[in-house]
Amino acid sequence: MELFLDRLVIGLGQGAIYALLALALVLIYRSTGLLNFAQGEMALFSTYMTWQLIEWGLPLVVAVIVSMILSFIGGAFIERAIIRPVGDVEHNPLSIVIVTIGLFLAFNALVGWVWGTDGRIFPKALTTTLNLGVTTVSWQTVVTLGVLVAELVVLYLVFQKTKLGLALRAVASNSESSRLVGIRVGRMLMFGWGLAATVGALGGSLYASTLTTLDPSLMAVLLIYAFAAATLGGFDSPVGAVVGGLIVGVVTVMAEGYISWIGGDLKLAFAFFLILVVLMVRPQGLFGKEQVKRV
Amino acid sequence: MTRLLDAADVTGGYGPVQVLFGLDLVVDEGEVVVVLGANGAGKTTTLRALCGMIPAKGTVTFAGESIIGKKPDDIVRRGVAHVPQGRGTFADLTVEENLRAGAYVRKDDEIPADIDRWYTTFPRLAERRDQAAGSMSGGEQQMLAIARALMSRPHLLLLDEPSLGLAPLITRELFTQLADLNRETGMTMLVVEQNANLALDIADRGYVLEAGAIVTSGTAAELKSDEAVRKAYLGY
Repeated sequence: MELFLDRLVIGLGQGAIYALLALALVLIYRSTGLLNFAQGEMALFSTYMTWQLIEWGLPLVVAVIVSMILSFIGGAFIERAIIRPVGDVEHNPLSIVIVTIGLFLAFNALVGWVWGTDGRIFPKALTTTLNLGVTTVSWQTVVTLGVLVAELVVLYLVFQKTKLGLALRAVASNSESSRLVGIRVGRMLMFGWGLAATVGALGGSLYASTLTTLDPSLMAVLLIYAFAAATLGGFDSPVGAVVGGLIVGVVTVMAEGYISWIGGDLKLAFAFFLILVVLMVRPQGLFGKEQVKRV
Repeated sequence: MTRLLDAADVTGGYGPVQVLFGLDLVVDEGEVVVVLGANGAGKTTTLRALCGMIPAKGTVTFAGESIIGKKPDDIVRRGVAHVPQGRGTFADLTVEENLRAGAYVRKDDEIPADIDRWYTTFPRLAERRDQAAGSMSGGEQQMLAIARALMSRPHLLLLDEPSLGLAPLITRELFTQLADLNRETGMTMLVVEQNANLALDIADRGYVLEAGAIVTSGTAAELKSDEAVRKAYLGY
């Protein structure tokens, strides 16, 4: 029982990280209808920025916030300077997806070029643990889950309760009509990319802080878990991304712990398996809306 | 009557394909003006050029100010609302969210009152306010598209083939509602339509568009009795 609870807590902690990156994927998908394969590597770059700021003497929390702001600007810039010239998602989805794959490689190489490929030590936010009697939880996990919930609430409020959120959703639904009602579509796309990069920066920094190390391969695996989480929850649902992330986290940790032949190595394959099953059984995911299309 | 829209020698198209070849038309305040024309004559392109969705050349004056080359959001703010062909509702948004999006350019606090007002005009929309727009019938979506355009409190409503894909009975009902709207609120409308009979019934004046230029114009009654128009567009 104790072991089970330990694993549950570890799984939730891992899942929260998956959920943070999955949220970034969902944000881009919701505001632009695009799967951004570079999301993980953009977050990697942001995380290195956080690390650099800490190196320069900023406290961890301040460094993360500054990195989030810079990432917002960077994400918006990428949309304007690299994505938009390729065309719009409605008419040219494949080219843009391929550009995001190019960005994936470019960001990874850029990180290696600027900061080198050796691992760096990333500080833990909190090193103490919280004793709950039946099990102990590290404060790091508590903080990660807290950040996740806070972020979800903020995003929900922005998307559902503000005019900006309405405009973002309108652009995702029908960009042509959005222009007709006076929404500046380009600005909304830039905002969507900026927001996703910000969320990615937060997720990446928390991930590195949990692992206490940082190297250029950090995000490659995480991205697959995040894709599994977003697929499970539904690509158009932020709540789905979070629930999906937590489920993927707990299930993979449990599978690793209880099924001896899965172990640490097949954990990732398990995530792929999950994506496959969801796509076969319920392609829109747990919380996703079924596509309504009318001719 | 004051001149609301004055377009002269408008040319435009899509990239290398020119569609409009020197189009001239005017709309006075309070009028319903219809543009008739066959498929490919440039009806939709005309409206898209007027509201800034495609690059166009020539002169277009709206309420005394030039709007040629302006961005769509600027033109919407000046009071031109466009109901696009195929309705273009936000399928994933609810009916109410569609209407709020229609008021995007407004900053006043009378938006909820306006939403209620158009719910009264289009009761079907009120019944379905929390339903996704994409799940509604074609006729209901057309009503939503019109109500959404009206939410911007326009001075000129551009309607692109409102009858497209609707059953004859629904189309008739819709045109009656448009006529009522014009009579009760004085809303100026420029309607592009293939159903010439119905459109001329509610219109004050009309134009006939062929190959990207106006070939005939006149009052609705004049067009109805014009031999060529009757043969080509009214079918008798």
